[in-house]
Amino acid sequence: MSPTESSITKSTGPAPSTRRRRRIDGGEPLVFLTGMGLAIGLTMITALLALILFKGLEAFWPKRVARIELTPAAAERVGRDVVVAHILGRQEIRGAAHAEGGAGVDEGDPGTELRLQVGNRDLNGMGFMYLPESAIERISHPRGILRLERMEYGPALVEPLELDIAGEPPLSLASEGGIDALERAIRAAAHRRAEIRAIERDQIGGLSRRIESLRMRRRGIEASATPDPAEVASIEARIAELERRYEGLAAESRALRDAQHADTLTYRIDSGREHRIPVGEIVSAERPNALGFFGRLRVFLGNMWSFVVDEPREANTEGGIFPALFGTFVMTLILSVAVTPFGVIAAIYLREYAKDGPTVRAVRIAINNLAGVPSIVFGVFGLGFFVYFVGGSIDTLFFRLSEGPVFGTGGILWASLTLALMTVPVVIVATEEALAAVSRGVREGSLACGASKWQTIQRIVLPAAAPGIITGMILAMARGAGEVAPLMITGVVKLAPTLPLDATFPFLHLDRKFMHLGFHIYDLGFQSPDSEAARPMVFATTLLLIALVVTMNLGAIVIRERLRRKYATGAF
Amino acid sequence: MPSRELDRGAVTGAPHAAGTVAVRPDADPAPSSILAERASRFVSADDRSDSVIAAILANRPTATVVHAEVAEDVPHIVKIRGFSLHYGEKQALHDVSLDVPVGKVVALIGPSGCGKSTLIRCVNRLNDLIDSVRTSGVLTIGETSVLGPETDVIGLRKRVGMVFQKSNPFPKSIFENVVYGLRIAGEGRRSVLREVCERSLREAALWDEVKDRLDESALQLSGGQQQRLCIARAVATRPEVLLMDEPCSALDPVATAKVEELIGQLRGVYTVMIVTHNMQQAARVSDYTAFMYLGRLVEYGPTEAIFQNPRCRDTRDYVTGRFG
Ligand SMILES: Nc1ncnc2c1ncn2[C@@H]1O[C@H](COP(=O)(O)OP(=O)(O)O)[C@@H](O)[C@H]1O
Ligand SMILES: [Mg+2]
Repeated sequence: MSPTESSITKSTGPAPSTRRRRRIDGGEPLVFLTGMGLAIGLTMITALLALILFKGLEAFWPKRVARIELTPAAAERVGRDVVVAHILGRQEIRGAAHAEGGAGVDEGDPGTELRLQVGNRDLNGMGFMYLPESAIERISHPRGILRLERMEYGPALVEPLELDIAGEPPLSLASEGGIDALERAIRAAAHRRAEIRAIERDQIGGLSRRIESLRMRRRGIEASATPDPAEVASIEARIAELERRYEGLAAESRALRDAQHADTLTYRIDSGREHRIPVGEIVSAERPNALGFFGRLRVFLGNMWSFVVDEPREANTEGGIFPALFGTFVMTLILSVAVTPFGVIAAIYLREYAKDGPTVRAVRIAINNLAGVPSIVFGVFGLGFFVYFVGGSIDTLFFRLSEGPVFGTGGILWASLTLALMTVPVVIVATEEALAAVSRGVREGSLACGASKWQTIQRIVLPAAAPGIITGMILAMARGAGEVAPLMITGVVKLAPTLPLDATFPFLHLDRKFMHLGFHIYDLGFQSPDSEAARPMVFATTLLLIALVVTMNLGAIVIRERLRRKYATGAF
Repeated sequence: MPSRELDRGAVTGAPHAAGTVAVRPDADPAPSSILAERASRFVSADDRSDSVIAAILANRPTATVVHAEVAEDVPHIVKIRGFSLHYGEKQALHDVSLDVPVGKVVALIGPSGCGKSTLIRCVNRLNDLIDSVRTSGVLTIGETSVLGPETDVIGLRKRVGMVFQKSNPFPKSIFENVVYGLRIAGEGRRSVLREVCERSLREAALWDEVKDRLDESALQLSGGQQQRLCIARAVATRPEVLLMDEPCSALDPVATAKVEELIGQLRGVYTVMIVTHNMQQAARVSDYTAFMYLGRLVEYGPTEAIFQNPRCRDTRDYVTGRFG
């Protein structure tokens, strides 16, 4: 027993309570409390991040395919004796899930059941099923099972039979050579698909925009007081020329589309049905059970890569999320480009020029309160002010002849500006603090050199405050990038046909609708018809959104640190 | 306020009515009880006549003793006449009159809070930054009037350089720090800037230490180097008057010696007004010394005379270290 302990136990009378009070006065319980608060917060955040990281990455890891043989009794009820599926999990049988599962065995049978992804939604009518463990006779993992990722109907788990390449004799797929040929055919199809996309979206899209703008000009000329027939005729001629090119491109893409259907793959699924699909419908094919660790790793990285660079398929539940990723990125950039000057100018006025008084104090309070306004309110304001008022005015002034609204409807510019408005208090507060931290000494030094007040702000105060300003920008970006509600009414769509930034003039299309990761998560998780299939995508998308925000913030932090280091204070 | 001739060697009595220097316990720098205590401690009954404290207590105007040598040393570049300054209700300078001969170093000494900084910050109108400041009297540099709303303050500050108590290099490179004033004035020719940079750094005795790293941040220099950099920055635009507000108070003895040596070299080239609370320093670097006390200028004369043979009781008490 230590001396302190013994003295505590020996003390009598009021001593313990005064000692306790003294310890409370000393603040030790509070230290403990603050530490606990921090620990709880950290645990929650790390747990959430770990969950997202694990689930998000798991979505890309190739899962083994199980061949499940059913007991004779179960086989009779289910109508087949083998089920081929990814085993997703095991759970207690609950009444409702049991009845719904389809493969029901005895009513009221306790025990566990397996959650299976059976794929072949086109042939089975469902992609998932539950199977009581009591119905299972044997589970094996044959190497030959092929997993197909298709343009439609999600994955297929099949036994490949025959590859039929146009102009060649049918090739049996029982051999390794057959699988190689299939992979080659799939690569060729992917190549053609990219070509079709390039023609249809970029070239044909560009052409039709040019035709549309020519038509607009023609309407303008026709509507003018003295239409010049010669000019109308020349525009007509150019439209006709463009339309001829349009037809040529359309024919080219039709030919490619036909080629996508020329080769076919025949396979058999677990129910015994045989099916034939065009190779052009197949996105990828692999044999998960035959892969070693490095093979899986390759598939994992490939899946991750295509998730990032591909377009979504099947109502966004399959394929990649590139447009959403890119839309979020461009939106965040426009947001920070808009919010920073605006916030900095406001902060300079408040801190450097405005006379401190009740008005300035009221403005400060108002700015701080602005940060507490629900984001959907900003969305409604953005819709009313930016989209209807500003956008509508721009349309009546400059796009009167266009058929639909151009700026008078939601678009990436209005969405970004709405978010800029929402996050401007963050930048103002951070900038004000950074400005206040610039010492009076250097300001006086600059003034004493004959600089005007504005020169002092511009050359001394702002550079010194730049790291703080960038901190504000980072906070604004982090808040804006994850926001969904205001975007839903100012320009985000479930599926945008084009990107806000592309190779057609004027490259940055501020009027376009765009896709956004945050909205994508909402759409996948809560709006998609097959939420079971979308679940891994929700995690993967969340992971990507977090990664994007972190990356952009890191970029800003690197810039800030470079600024700081440039003017680092040395030791005295 | 009318400007008055400074009578050579004469005691110039302040012309204002006694009422304006009345002791106001709420407004004056020190409460009257403390003044009275100080008066009784340091001023024997028969000396009361030339004590500032005694004058304040007796509601008499205070007097400035100006030695003949200062008045004779013409031309004067800075002329301050009957100058008073208020911070809001509080009066910090009372009827100060001081002429600075061109090309000479004038030291302002006095206990802290007596208004030395306030006075020299008026010369380049840096007190404009403080909203509550009101001034009256005359202050001219050369022929230009410094006070008044129509003065070109920015033009004025280009003619008056200033070095502050706390070194305040800008968060820029050494080179950009030195040429800041020129850049502000619109000078963009690299060759000119380079030349001025070298000349100013040489004048500030810093060239040899930094000539290889002009593009590095000024904040990486040591404290003494930073202060000399600020001096280089102040002299880069070749000001007519150089103001220094306790330039050595944050420096170690070696750096202080360097700055003092530097001031010695600047003598004759620039007119320097230097505030210091270090009596030895004032004695070493200055041609003339002005002793200020409680917002008044008490005695102004050749440095030697002020330190060896002051005419006022307060000055003698202060320079011999009996209070302050
Ligand atoms: N910004 C200010 N506002 C109000 N009073 C001030 C201000 N600056 C200085 N004073 C007062 O003016 C008097 C003179 O100050 P100062 O000129 O700094 O003295 P010092 O001789 O030590 O440099 C002091 O009493 C001080 O409290
Ligand atoms: Mg001072």
